[in-house]
Amino acid sequence: MEKISHINSKTVSLPLSDIDTDQIIPAKFLTTTTKDGLGKYLFSSWRYDDAGNLIEDFIINQIDPTTHQILVTGNNFGCGSSREHAPWALVDFGFKAVISTEIADIFFNNALKNGFIPIVVNHELHKYLLENSGVELAIDIEAQTLSIKDYDKVHFEIEPFAKFCLLNGVDQLGFLQNEIDLIHDFESKHGK
Amino acid sequence: MNSIIDKLWDAHVVKPETDETPAIIFIDLHLIHEVTSPQAFSLLRDKNLKVRRPDLTLATMDHSIPTLPFKTMQELEQIADEAPVKQLKQIIQNCKDFGIDLKTFDSPDRGIVHIIGPELGITQPGKTIVCGDSHTSTHGAFGALAFGIGTTEVGHVLATQCMLQRKPKTFAINLDGVLPKGASAKDIILKVIGEIGVDGGTGYAIEYRGSAIRSLSMEERMTVCNMTIEAGARAGVIAPDDTTFEYLADKPLSPKGKDWDEAINYWKSLPSDENATFDRELSIDVSNLSPMVTYGTNPGMVVSIDSPIPSAKNDSASKALKYMHLESDASLQGEKVDVVFIGSCTNGRLSDLEESAKLLKGKKVNPSVRMLVVPGSQSIKDKAEAIGLDKIFIEAGAEWREPGCSMCIAMNGDFVPEGGLAVSTSNRNFEGRQGSKARTVLASPITATASAIMGHVADPRQFI
Ligand code: SF4
Repeated sequence: MEKISHINSKTVSLPLSDIDTDQIIPAKFLTTTTKDGLGKYLFSSWRYDDAGNLIEDFIINQIDPTTHQILVTGNNFGCGSSREHAPWALVDFGFKAVISTEIADIFFNNALKNGFIPIVVNHELHKYLLENSGVELAIDIEAQTLSIKDYDKVHFEIEPFAKFCLLNGVDQLGFLQNEIDLIHDFESKHGK
Repeated sequence: MNSIIDKLWDAHVVKPETDETPAIIFIDLHLIHEVTSPQAFSLLRDKNLKVRRPDLTLATMDHSIPTLPFKTMQELEQIADEAPVKQLKQIIQNCKDFGIDLKTFDSPDRGIVHIIGPELGITQPGKTIVCGDSHTSTHGAFGALAFGIGTTEVGHVLATQCMLQRKPKTFAINLDGVLPKGASAKDIILKVIGEIGVDGGTGYAIEYRGSAIRSLSMEERMTVCNMTIEAGARAGVIAPDDTTFEYLADKPLSPKGKDWDEAINYWKSLPSDENATFDRELSIDVSNLSPMVTYGTNPGMVVSIDSPIPSAKNDSASKALKYMHLESDASLQGEKVDVVFIGSCTNGRLSDLEESAKLLKGKKVNPSVRMLVVPGSQSIKDKAEAIGLDKIFIEAGAEWREPGCSMCIAMNGDFVPEGGLAVSTSNRNFEGRQGSKARTVLASPITATASAIMGHVADPRQFI
């Protein structure tokens, strides 16, 4: 995995709660056997009309993915299925982080494994961000801070191991493989 | 004093967690299906790795498989699109290359991943079970710690049989009282999700306990645990008891002879200690439970069938009602139904089909409704046919299909027509889940069946 320490970008607000993984990427696109090219299907049923044309007034269709890389959504983002296609689609589209008041467990884990940063903030900041779509925001993973134009610097929580992996580009599989002796001992001791 | 969740966790810690690192936990059973595994196998190939424990890995094909009959790959190619066929061929190749037992389309053991594990007796109390599928929580009904994982983690488990995990918080949900006529396990879990919300379980593993849970059959317990993820919790556990042991006693892969006696001894040590503490507790009395139906676009938007649709509290709820073509204060009963789906890992088991058939016997599916009945596995299909359920469904005008996920996820050619309303026994009513612009009402098998007969959302209690 690539090292990630900072994200500096504009935000884009999608003020809906409980955005599930079927909205992030509908099941009909899961027949793929690779991770590539899923960005075009991101939020597919909201971005395209029945004829497959872009719906101009949907906010995600109005942004430049190279400058608006931080998604701000309503509560409980990423609920539903365990499909890792959800973070793959977000990353392939150009997003680097999502901010909400709550982020679903399985999505949260999947996101971090793909260098996509899920950030939980309090209601006050959440409200500010939702109302100020497009604001400049700087995420500092080392310092665990969000710097927002015209707003106090805010601390955010990140699981220490996830932070270590992001900052150092550590592949978690390698970490597990380093403990193969311990795994072997466990198997023999417990007759597994 | 330990809860069953603590005991299951502790028994599988290879390396304890610290502030800096999550625990390494050992996985006793890894289930695999065609949709979330291909990229994990690619990772193994890229890194030149083997599957560490093919003997603890079991694969099936269920999500994208057609439910129309076919016997060979050639016949499959004629009825399915290119992409799902490629995916199905890929899992066959992957399992062959890595030495994994795959229950392919011609196996008598094939079916939906969360149905065949228990049927084979490989889902057992005390195990840790994972699958690249969020409804892995189903297996918790046996007193196993079972949860869904992403594809990267599927790769981790294939390569090392282990995962990096932080221990979840614990949540006890006490369900007491005698379930009234017309209410079912599905209604219990819909009620729970309605109470705690779709994010109420985030960060927790849930233990379902209490007299109402004790009196459920294993199939009903699986229905409850199955939808745990719809409340945001990755795992839902029910302590094993005599009902569990009886269910497992004659299953092909359950322990035999002396091993069985030893296993039972261990399994009996699993239930939570009397004074175990939990991070959160909730009690619900089910004595007055009515059949439950969803009215929105997540399973937490649920009411009893005799209550009006609640008013929308925020933009998301208004958007959901608009999507559903429904209005607050109105009743769902009477809403015209286009499709009824009986099936899925939530309600595609033999007892679900029996309940539905019992209600349907001698009646007809309303001519305006398409009713699709999809057994959850080949063995369920065979057993149902042996007792004549297929005939009841066909005579009533329903379609009797081959096993698979089918209209639960609409990946295999079975879907609700655009804008159509489905009463479905599956687990997700998300926008577009059952087809483009499809509107889903989640309900129990008998509520779905009553709705098929009436042609509109209907209270099953009028038939019993
Ligand atoms: S039946 Fe539905 S929920 Fe269950 S495994 Fe299949 S697609 Fe997933």
